[in-house]
Amino acid sequence: MVHGEAWTLKEFFVYPNEYIYWTIQIVMYPFMTGLVAGAFVLSSLYHVFGVKALKGIARFSLVFSFALLPVAMLPLMLHLQQPQRGIEVMMTPHFTSAIAAFGIVFSTYGMIVASELWFVYRKHFVETVEEIRRVPAGDRSPLTQLRYYFFSALTLGAQDIGHEALEADERAVKKLAAAGIPVACFLHGYAGFIFGSVKANALWMTPLMPVIFICSAVVSGVALCMLTYILTMEIRKVLARRKAQQYPELPSHHELKSAEAHVVTMTAKYLLMFMVAAITLELLDLIFRGYTAVKSWDILRSVIYERDFVNIFVIQYGLGNLLPFVLFLIPGLTVRRAAIGSMLVLLGVFMMRWNVVIGGQAFSSSLSGFMHYRLPIWPGTFEEAKEGLFGAVVVAVIPFCIFYVLNKVMPVFKETH
Amino acid sequence: MISRRSFCKKSLLIAGGLAIPFSSLELFDPRRLEAEKNDGKKVRWVFLVDTNKCVGCGFCVKACKTENEVPYDANVTRTWVERYVVTKDGKTHIDSPKGARDGFETTAIDIGEGKFEEIRNEDIDKAFFVPKLCNQCDNPPCVQVCPVGATYQTEDGVVLVDRKWCIGCGYCVMGCPYGVRFFHPVYHVAEKCNFCYHRISKGMKTACVDACAFGARRIGNIKDPDDPVTKIIMTERVNVLKEEYGTKPQVFYLGLTKEVR
Repeated sequence: MVHGEAWTLKEFFVYPNEYIYWTIQIVMYPFMTGLVAGAFVLSSLYHVFGVKALKGIARFSLVFSFALLPVAMLPLMLHLQQPQRGIEVMMTPHFTSAIAAFGIVFSTYGMIVASELWFVYRKHFVETVEEIRRVPAGDRSPLTQLRYYFFSALTLGAQDIGHEALEADERAVKKLAAAGIPVACFLHGYAGFIFGSVKANALWMTPLMPVIFICSAVVSGVALCMLTYILTMEIRKVLARRKAQQYPELPSHHELKSAEAHVVTMTAKYLLMFMVAAITLELLDLIFRGYTAVKSWDILRSVIYERDFVNIFVIQYGLGNLLPFVLFLIPGLTVRRAAIGSMLVLLGVFMMRWNVVIGGQAFSSSLSGFMHYRLPIWPGTFEEAKEGLFGAVVVAVIPFCIFYVLNKVMPVFKETH
Repeated sequence: MISRRSFCKKSLLIAGGLAIPFSSLELFDPRRLEAEKNDGKKVRWVFLVDTNKCVGCGFCVKACKTENEVPYDANVTRTWVERYVVTKDGKTHIDSPKGARDGFETTAIDIGEGKFEEIRNEDIDKAFFVPKLCNQCDNPPCVQVCPVGATYQTEDGVVLVDRKWCIGCGYCVMGCPYGVRFFHPVYHVAEKCNFCYHRISKGMKTACVDACAFGARRIGNIKDPDDPVTKIIMTERVNVLKEEYGTKPQVFYLGLTKEVR
């Protein structure tokens, strides 16, 4: 069977070779890079612009951004027909292609986040090493010894945690975070450019695409950080209640609760700001297309207002934008309402990616026919597993697993400086 | 006794004087002159489709599939034929069942998913066939967007795919406004019409040209003023597909009308 035939339904005149070639994995790709970029921007708000209220979530979102990073590449690998050659994009890039810069942008960004994390957690690494060092070498279990080696390696030999050294660390964090913002925006704006520059696709081709992608990226990143933050705080609250008598020095249930509410309210404000920007740009794009009504508008109109009406106006704009907007704006924001709101925002941004990627292939380049994507739910073949619901769920779950492991090495809730 | 000043003056004069005849050697390099006059290339393959002659038999599609080892029953093809039926109500009905591999066996229009639309003969204003293939653009978007350079343009203008290098990202498939690209069902890499490069580079015609009994398809070298195809392109009213994309397509059509997509 031809690639794409398994999930494409054709209606009216579609060129014989046209299928939905870019499937849910290409929906996941901008969604995941968006989360990476958004999480980083959120952490930078504290590190660069000194938004003190976001201190609680800054370190959290930085680690989370790092956990999401390897996953941004995964959907691309899963959709390639020759994944074993994927590395050639980095080895033999052909620079007239928008995709070719991926290796450079991605690794630059990865290095910035990794080094920023190192400066943030250096104190923690050194403290861990010193703590183990206090135990005589003979009394250490093999695991402790392994931990000792691991954390010693992580310090990279810089074991000075005097006041001046830590201040130097903080300056470095600030500089890296500042450098990281444009790179994070580039990483994601460039994902928008990959679509926006396809002149053959009437829906994709707009110079607004990178900017729209960046704004919705920040929205989704902030929403995911907020949601994950709320979830982990809820777990911590349960644990705090259980361990309150055993370890009175740990933060109490009430302390955690007030800290959580404070962080959530502040983060919600930034979420709203970026949401307004994202929706404004998206609507501008839509209005402009309708107003200029070039050749492709006839078919775009029937895709946007008829075939994808539920996806675009009900789920994306209604459930994903308008409803959370109202939820966040009603005075007296509760943590529960914020959690529901951010879940809806994530749904909205996901649907925006879906409507761009799948919606862009919902019509033929003949402008005379339609294609319909039938998401493979239960994988019958390897291809359907890779490019169906199964593959998407794998991509969505992995960052949380990585985050769990990273949190063991770089605890997000431990006070460092 | 020569002064230092006059020595410098005279040596500059001699150097300058020598530079003029030497530079003329460069100026009048005949090979370079020819290259600049005629961009150095002797061959630029182009294609000419006469839609007035096409009867929609689909022999070209069959021949192409066999010649280029595109699985016969796979629903992809390097070349195909479209049928256009314009009815009195102003509507255009288009189809190309299986790329017209078996021609058009019924008068009903294929509207996808096994459904057909009957059109009465008396409702038809005009009907015609349009063969399609890769336009071997002068400004090929597929070559531009390939992230690893696996698809490239040869000196004589044909766009090829390196099956050993293609990563299968599909960006070229998305970038082509003509929908000529697809994934090869066996090799799982990007696939497209290459004007039967293995044949034309040995002085043969493409498989589809040889298979067309009506002379609707012709291949030629636009750099050769004596080529019959060049003569037609230069002297008659030809058109190209989707010029607005700036791809500079090199498949020329006779008898193209506004309904053609």
